[in-house]
This record gives sequence, structure tokens and C-alpha cells, in this order.
Amino acid sequence: MSHARKTEGLPGGVDRRRFIAGAASGATVPILAGTHAASGKTGDGGPPPGKPQAVTLDINGQRYELALDPRTTLLDALREHLHLTGTKKGCDHGQCGACTVHVDGRRHLSCMTFAMMAQGHKVTTIEGLAGPDGGLHPMQKAFIDRDAFQCGYCTPGQIMSAVACVTEGHAGSAAEIREYMSGNICRCAAYPNIVAAVQQARRDMEV
Amino acid sequence: MHTFHYRRIGDQGEAARALRETGSTPEGAINAAGQFLAGGTNLTDYMRLNVMRPDLLVDINDLEGEKLRQISSNGDGLWIGGLVRMAEAEDNTDIAKNYPVIHDTLKLAASRQIRNMASLGGNVLQRTRCEYFRETSWPCNKRTPGSGCAAMDGFNRQHAVLGVSDACIATYPGDFAQALVALDATVEITGPDGSRRIAFSELHRLPGDTPHIETTLMPGEIITGYRIPAGPWTRRSCYVKVRDRDSYQFALAAAAVALALDGDTVSEARIALGGVATVPWRAREAEEMLKGRTLDEDAASAAAEAAFNGARTREHNAYKVPMGKETVIRALMDAKAMEA
Repeated sequence: MSHARKTEGLPGGVDRRRFIAGAASGATVPILAGTHAASGKTGDGGPPPGKPQAVTLDINGQRYELALDPRTTLLDALREHLHLTGTKKGCDHGQCGACTVHVDGRRHLSCMTFAMMAQGHKVTTIEGLAGPDGGLHPMQKAFIDRDAFQCGYCTPGQIMSAVACVTEGHAGSAAEIREYMSGNICRCAAYPNIVAAVQQARRDMEV
Repeated sequence: MHTFHYRRIGDQGEAARALRETGSTPEGAINAAGQFLAGGTNLTDYMRLNVMRPDLLVDINDLEGEKLRQISSNGDGLWIGGLVRMAEAEDNTDIAKNYPVIHDTLKLAASRQIRNMASLGGNVLQRTRCEYFRETSWPCNKRTPGSGCAAMDGFNRQHAVLGVSDACIATYPGDFAQALVALDATVEITGPDGSRRIAFSELHRLPGDTPHIETTLMPGEIITGYRIPAGPWTRRSCYVKVRDRDSYQFALAAAAVALALDGDTVSEARIALGGVATVPWRAREAEEMLKGRTLDEDAASAAAEAAFNGARTREHNAYKVPMGKETVIRALMDAKAMEA
């Protein structure tokens, strides 16, 4: 199961992210010290609209406590507040797939998810895909081997979607891969190479 | 985006009351200040576009109740809970085998990411993708009652030809609903005052003079699930969806068909149309044409003709009538060819 590794021990990774997240959030939205926001179940009406609310997120096995405007999407929380910029913003309307992440192992669109909705769920981003030794996930390696990108902007979303495509069992044929990868648009049209990469990784992931 | 309160509530009664407390409106659930949030794939989009501006979002993903997340079946029929995700029902082998039209409508809808997120309760309530509804600078009777309809004489290539009114020609965009209306599903609804059950065909309202009131749901009411009766037609059923690209696209024309055959003779036919109507559209006249007839291309053509009786076209969408007829014919012949 080389594709389900934890991020702990990633060289410099977790500590660096923690530091960046803390430092960056300090400038705009402070990480709350001693906040209890784990359940997300508020019995009252909650704070006034627009006012930052305590949010606890589990991203790549790391717990983050943030104060976010309820309007903040998971995508913006990742990129703007935690500075995990691997996840990309394309259309911001659920039409391109660039923002694809895994929520409890299933591929979701982070642009259509309010960060508050992700509380209590395990989120995996492209930063959490590599092995503890920094070794690439078979899908990442396959995208490089098969030259499955040109500009690379859609690639993190393509790879997250592709990993799920295989684990769901929807990578049986080229036609099936095309159908089940149709939620990820590539403006450079690297599609034939993306299909080849998914086929290669499927074999490697099964080993 | 308009600012809002966010609450995650586990108790169904409390969730319903929370929405009702934001103020009751005779204008139906969709226009209430409080909205339920499940998958969020339609609501977040329309909130970002300022088309929807709720003051309160009640996240119902943790709602208690086993039935909400259940798919179960027996000899009488199938139950699908309102919080079941599209992808879960799509992957269900019982549905794929015994209710293929439901499987088809799910598999051919949206993208897998969206299907992983979207609940089936929310799916049938998704709002039109009419470009004039989506962009707030245009007049739109559905978004701003009484403001007019920019689609009527605008670029109306995507728009409906059946069930239209002088106020609105927006297409109902979903697929799953066509399977439900074809199979005579009932909807179980739970609200602040208890539960009720209605025919699925009574859930959506024709636009008429009030296109902004899209369903018969009232504020605080949740779709807890669907009951789909089993019949000799449910296994011989399919969905044909015609669109501009082959995947991840809304229908230009679509047909859900279920048939019971006695040899080549039709004993029961169920036909619903998508992409061409303002609501999930049952083509009962077409069904009547087929009963007792031998199903061949001629009979299918006659049914298709009947299905589009009364179609009202605009400048750019007249093509939907012949395309829709061909879609019905193909779906009928595909269903006939199935091993059931």
C-alpha cells in the first residue's frame, strides 16, 4: 500500500508547514490558542455572520486550528491560510477539477466545500501524497514518466483525482479512465499522456 | 458572498426548527433565509454568484437517522436515503442490476468528484443552469420575481420546450429526477411538523407565473428519501443523454425509459424527458401510444411524436424537438434490446 502513507517524517515537511502556517496566519488570521472547535456542533446560533469562527482541520495527518470567516472554502483555507499551495484554484466553480483533494479518501472539490464542513474529516492534499521518505507516489512518478502535463497547473488536481480513480476501481480501460477523469480539465490537452500515466500507476499501485 | 451563520446540527427536529426560526415564507423552501447544506455542490456555487444569499446554513451531514444514509430493497421496491451520495448509489450493484435507469442517470451526471459530494436529497433540488439566472445583472423572473426573462429573446439554445410559461423557459438540469418520475417514486419529507409522503411528480412545480417557487417543499423540510416501487419494467430500463460533449455536461435532450414487454408487445411503458423541460417531465401521452403495440421503430417514432406534442420553441432551441424525438426512439430501442 505505497499510496496511503502518512506525512509524518517527511523531511522538513511537517515542521516547515507548521511554521509557515503559523507565521502566515499570524499576519492575517491568528491560529487560536486553546480553542475548542473539534466537534463543530454548536447548539446556539453561533457567532455573528462574517465573524471568524474556530475551525479545526485535519490536513495530511496534521491538526490545524484556525479562525475563519464561515465563507472561507476549504480551498482558500489550504492556500491562503495554511499556505499549502499545491492545491490549485482554477474556475472556483466546480467545473475544472484543479482543486481536487481527498476527504476521508474520496475525491472532493475543495472550492465547493466550506472549510467548516471539513471539520471532523481527514483531508489529503497533493502535499500529503509522497511517502515518509519523500519518495514519490506511483501516480506522481507515472505523471513524470509519461510526460502527463505541460504547464502543470491542473496536475495536482489530476493526480489526486487519478489516485482515487484507481482506488475506486474505475481505471479498468482507457475509456473508463477518460470517463472517470472527465472532471479534471487540462487546457494543454495532455489527456492521452494522462491516461497512459493512470494506466502505468494502476499497475504499480496494485503491486 | 453574503455573510451567513453556519451550524452543524445532528437532530432532525432541531435542524427543521432552526430553519423555521429564520422566518417562514409562503414562497417555498428555496427562497427562505435559512438553507440546508449537504453536498453543497449547487448551493456554494450559487452563493458565490450572489444568486443565493442565505443568512443561515444548517449543515445536515451529521444528521441522525439510519434511513437517511441507507440503500435497501426488497420485493416491493427500493429505498434510497436523502443523504446517500450520488456515487454511493452509482456504485450500488443492486441498483445497477435491478434499476439500471437509476444507475445510468447517476453515472452520466456531473463528475465523480461532484458525485462523491452531492447528496441525492439535494440533487433533485438543484437549480437551473440558465445563464441569465446565474448572472445577476440580467432580468430573471426566477431569481428576481417580476423582473422579466432575458432568455426569452436571448441566447436560448439550452432552454426548455416543454412546460414553459411566458415568465420562464429555464430547463430543469438534473438527471436522477427523470428516473424517479418515470418509476413513480414517492418522496418522504420530514419537516418541523412531522413527516409526509408525496408522489415525486408533485415535488417540482411548473414555472407558470411564479418560476421562483420551484418545489412544493416548505422551509425546514428535508427530503429523507425516495421509495421506488419494483415492477416488471424496472429491470428493462435505461437513460439516454445527449449533450455537447460526451461527459461532464448537462443534457440537451435525455430520455429515461422503462418497459415491460410481452414478447415484442409493450404491456407497460414509462418515459420521462430531461434537458427539454422546465421540470422532470413524464411523457404520459407517449406511454399510452405504446401500450399493447409491438415495439418497433414505427411505434417508437409515434411515441416520440406524442412526447413532444405541445412543445413551444424559441429562436435557438427548436432543434431540441427533433433531437428529443430521436433520443426517445433510441432509449426505447435500447431498452427493448436489454436482457431483462
